[in-house]
Amino acid sequence: MDSTVQTDSVGAFGFLARSRTIAKPGFNRWMVPPAALCVHLCIGQAYAFSVFNLPMTKLVGIGQSAPDDWNLPALGWIFSIAIFVLGFSAAIFGRWVEEGGPRRAMFTAALCWAGGFLISAIGVYVHNIWVVYVGYGLVGGCGLGIGYISPVSTLIKWFPDRPGMATGMAIMGFGGGAFIASPLSVWLMSKFSTSTHIGVAETFLAMGAIYLVFMMVGAFLVRVPAPGWKPEGYTEPVQASKLITKSDVYVYDSPRTPQFWLIWAVLCINVTAGIGVLGQASAMSQEMFPGRVSAVAAAGFVGLMSLFNMAGRFFWASTSDYIGRKNTYLIFMVLGFVMYCAVPYTGSIGSVPLFVLCFLVIISMYGGGFATVPAYLKDMFGTRYVGAIHGLLITAWSMAGIFGPVLVNYIREYNIAHGVPKAQAYNVTMYIMAGLLFVGFFCNLLIKAVNSRFHMQPQDEGGALSTAAAAGAERAAQLTGKTA
Amino acid sequence: MTTAHQNGTRVWQLILAWGFVGIPLAWGVAQTIANAIKLFQ
Repeated sequence: MDSTVQTDSVGAFGFLARSRTIAKPGFNRWMVPPAALCVHLCIGQAYAFSVFNLPMTKLVGIGQSAPDDWNLPALGWIFSIAIFVLGFSAAIFGRWVEEGGPRRAMFTAALCWAGGFLISAIGVYVHNIWVVYVGYGLVGGCGLGIGYISPVSTLIKWFPDRPGMATGMAIMGFGGGAFIASPLSVWLMSKFSTSTHIGVAETFLAMGAIYLVFMMVGAFLVRVPAPGWKPEGYTEPVQASKLITKSDVYVYDSPRTPQFWLIWAVLCINVTAGIGVLGQASAMSQEMFPGRVSAVAAAGFVGLMSLFNMAGRFFWASTSDYIGRKNTYLIFMVLGFVMYCAVPYTGSIGSVPLFVLCFLVIISMYGGGFATVPAYLKDMFGTRYVGAIHGLLITAWSMAGIFGPVLVNYIREYNIAHGVPKAQAYNVTMYIMAGLLFVGFFCNLLIKAVNSRFHMQPQDEGGALSTAAAAGAERAAQLTGKTA
Repeated sequence: MTTAHQNGTRVWQLILAWGFVGIPLAWGVAQTIANAIKLFQ
């Protein structure tokens, strides 16, 4: 099954080759999740980038912003560019990642991520924000995208019995990276700052160095299973589920299937619903419960939400191994619908605990959506190109990153401008989110097994397929003429 | 599950690998919980 297209590196970089990462007999597969976590815990720093925003508005003025200092909207673009590039680099480099193996991908991601910090440090030093955009946004964003998908298919191959749990562990690391990065950044800045200098550039350099080492450890720990390897005592189910294929779909054939776009829509809706409230949770809690939730308590609430975001990734992805991927997303949509509808009610009865509970459940499902989707793709499209297909699907995240905050912010402002009290300004948004989940419920319900005409044929294996045409003219005609 | 053979993965290697990622993560989570509890008091 793992007769991978060999695009092995030669010469000095031969150690990156997929063939050099094949595990020897006796290798314990539980070594692979820490390797994946080495990468995801580092790139998860992106969620904590906002800790640099305020210090970076005072690089010239030190005590307070000077006219030459950068402003917050300009700084906000750094994160936006990085997330945008994440989605598109994952889509563009997905096949390269899949065929070259996880070590080459992790190594490249480490260089990009650390290089992004290095370039950004230079940008801060010379005080040119465009250099930071290129550094953290563009180069670092490529590290984010390549790093995010690099361990996915490897983990699925090592854990055919628990693919959800395996990918959930790695993607949990992406959620958890901010927990490390946030206090580490603050601590480093306090060490490098003086009364006449803010140590952002030095902090970037230090973090780049730390992340380079950490990610390289992951790159050298990671192994792929030998062809035909299976866990001891594991036997593939004789009667396979209709929704779990044993065949593979070529990466660039997957967008031709309705299943790809249905899962894309489900992920986009789930992320839109979560990301919109994640960014506004602090303000929302204070405005819905004026005088009862202080700014300090709201910050604690945001911390709790981040914990549930991380824990949900592991919990829901692991649960999906037992109840199935489709059922897991059905729960997300139905429970999410109930929770979003309940939020205005919690505000009307003034129940802070119920409000907090609703959002903690919602945010756990937001994280769970991210973590469960690789296993969903594996069930639909097989393991061969699952990492690359996952890369294509991550564009849904980029889109949701625009939809979610826009829905929450603009509807709130529209309501307030039309005389709606602040405490009720979010109600319409909550109902719209519930409506989106209702649509997502039907998208998920429509997902069936992929038509067998999209499955790779034996002659496709091991050959470097450039397009679907490689599968034969007849099949190409079918692809262009029909849909699944 | 694959077990460690004589020339395969040793238990200490597993502990080292998981400790390498688990300790920083646990530290970060502990910091967040400590802040969250403090803030809600």
